[in-house]
Amino acid sequence: MKRSLENIENQFEMFQILNEKGEIVNEDAMPDLSDDDLKEIMRRMVYTRILDQRSIALNRQGRLGFYAPTAGQEASQLGSHYALEKEDFILPGYRDVPQLIWHGLPLYQAFLFSRGHFHGNQMPEGVNAVSPQIIIGAQITQAAGVGIGMKKRGKDAIAITYTGDGGASQGDFYEGINFAGAFNAQAVFVVQNNRYAISVPVEKQSAAKTIAQKAVAAGIEGIQVDGMDVLAVYAATKDARERAINGEGPTLIETMTYRYGPHTMAGDDPTRYRTEETDNEWEAKDPIVRFRTFLENKGLWSEEEENEVIEQAKEEVKAAIKKADEQPKQKVTELMDIMYEELPASLQEQREEYEAKESK
Amino acid sequence: MESTTAVKKKTMTLVQAITDGMRTMLAEDENVLVLGEDVGKNGGVFRATDHLQEEFGEGRVMDTPLSEAGFIGAAIGMAVNGLRPVAEIQFLGFIYPAYEQIMTHASRLRSRTMGHFTVPIVIRAPYGAGVRAPEIHSDSTEAIFTHMPGLKVVCPASPVDAKGLLIAAIEDPDPVLFLEPMRCYRSSREEVPVGKYTVEIGKANKLQEGNDVSIITWGAMVPVASQAVKEMEAKGVSCELIDLRTLYPIDRDTIAASVQKTGRTVIVHEAHGTGGVGNDVLAIVNDTSFLYQKAPVERVTGFDSPVPFFGFEDEYLPTPARVKHAIEKVIKF
Repeated sequence: MKRSLENIENQFEMFQILNEKGEIVNEDAMPDLSDDDLKEIMRRMVYTRILDQRSIALNRQGRLGFYAPTAGQEASQLGSHYALEKEDFILPGYRDVPQLIWHGLPLYQAFLFSRGHFHGNQMPEGVNAVSPQIIIGAQITQAAGVGIGMKKRGKDAIAITYTGDGGASQGDFYEGINFAGAFNAQAVFVVQNNRYAISVPVEKQSAAKTIAQKAVAAGIEGIQVDGMDVLAVYAATKDARERAINGEGPTLIETMTYRYGPHTMAGDDPTRYRTEETDNEWEAKDPIVRFRTFLENKGLWSEEEENEVIEQAKEEVKAAIKKADEQPKQKVTELMDIMYEELPASLQEQREEYEAKESK
Repeated sequence: MESTTAVKKKTMTLVQAITDGMRTMLAEDENVLVLGEDVGKNGGVFRATDHLQEEFGEGRVMDTPLSEAGFIGAAIGMAVNGLRPVAEIQFLGFIYPAYEQIMTHASRLRSRTMGHFTVPIVIRAPYGAGVRAPEIHSDSTEAIFTHMPGLKVVCPASPVDAKGLLIAAIEDPDPVLFLEPMRCYRSSREEVPVGKYTVEIGKANKLQEGNDVSIITWGAMVPVASQAVKEMEAKGVSCELIDLRTLYPIDRDTIAASVQKTGRTVIVHEAHGTGGVGNDVLAIVNDTSFLYQKAPVERVTGFDSPVPFFGFEDEYLPTPARVKHAIEKVIKF
């Protein structure tokens, strides 16, 4: 009797290009990126780190509502996003607001999303994305559908969806990747394995050694990537995107990453379930630090440039918060109006009650 | 309250009373176990299971994979195999992945097997709006569960009821959905008996005697209705306030006795009006007490829209002002 689990698991080695010291360790896999591209990736990561810091501060001041911190996950989020084109369709999880912002969602709308304002979920025309999914894993089956749509309509574009290690335990995850495989959907599934689903460690989510290997059961490609290495995440996503468009099938990408902050700003206390030692171990792998070293060694980055990005981010956050503040107050009648194309009688009745009050 | 063997009392919030109820039953019966996402080391996202894993071990208080369908299905299997699982759904709005397991299995195993198997599980779920949580964290969709025969649906509004009903639910041989008004988790305290006691499932509680109008409500709307009742009392309107406590099976007798006395009824719930449990209450009024009514029954409910994003949830929720308006309407009719 042949047993295959060990053989399969050992196939899934972590893909890395840039090590923790900022050295290229996999020259052959180095993606074809211009100096401008490399600098732009750095700019986005620094900007997003500042945006995260400012968002946390604004939340603490009561000026933002729901917020899921992103620091630590910049390479996973922005490296994968940099491999996309405007036509690609994003189905994000609730922590994936940065990808939406770099895909075209105005910052003030991201803040309105945080404040529980309808306009925050309304993607502008031409921004191919749905708003962040709150229900863990629900976006994964939908991504299979968007990816089938891309194929049916003959588009050179993909659906890309993001979830976390916990999301890979949901039935929707298995159903989604299986469905995508069965129909050869133009889809890429990114699991950002930040090691904790709120408090539950990934070891308790599954007996599988990697999440990437779950692709095998669905008959699709799977790859585990160093999620703190922006070049590796970019290269893996770029390759998966091209293969999907060429009809070679969907891919599951597991990025090994870490969220430095709490699960959300609503009272989560990571000291209950993580040690300082683990935090330090992961902060030593920081995606921005290693990419900065890499760029500096190439003479592509300076402290001045970084400070410019930091200042720009702070200014833009300030302006966006101001714009969010100026957004008109939501009305009950507007809520009724977005329910159906034609208002049913019961809602019409409820609407009339409020129309009188609101016009006062 | 019945079968009270304890006399000692301790001041508790509603969420502490729930923790105490689980602790009491974990100590009492080795077949009882607690499972769900983050219930172990983290003590639950609302800390409802705080320290229980330390006290009873990982085998009795289990952190599960992030899969509602998975752990509710597993809980049903455990229940069929002699255990008494108490599962925590983090927010009622997260229960839908497990909907299939609840609707097609938990609710039907008894009837499907002619009583050979029963499913003594408790599914705890914080519900309701008003805590500034993101989308889908604020649902109040009790009616889709009261609609399914085979389930019981319980919804306490006070710490004493929460602990007593939870223990009754754990001891109940049938599946119980135990709805916890998250807005009331820490909003008030009460003297709660130490040790084991039960509050009977299926019995409403008359919180206040009155003669002019019956206010029927439950869960997080109890304090809202109570505020309205107080303000109406000042205007000389005598209100009878009833907390249903159990939404299936509903206490018909308490409702009938009250509305036959007052002849006027106001039902308050935060769920959407269409298909809401309030309509079942209205049917009971109609069936038992039609000729006693001096005015059409008024319902104060959430809108027929999903609970809006939290920047706007206060507009959705019934307020004391809306309840007062309804009371005035049935009085003036």
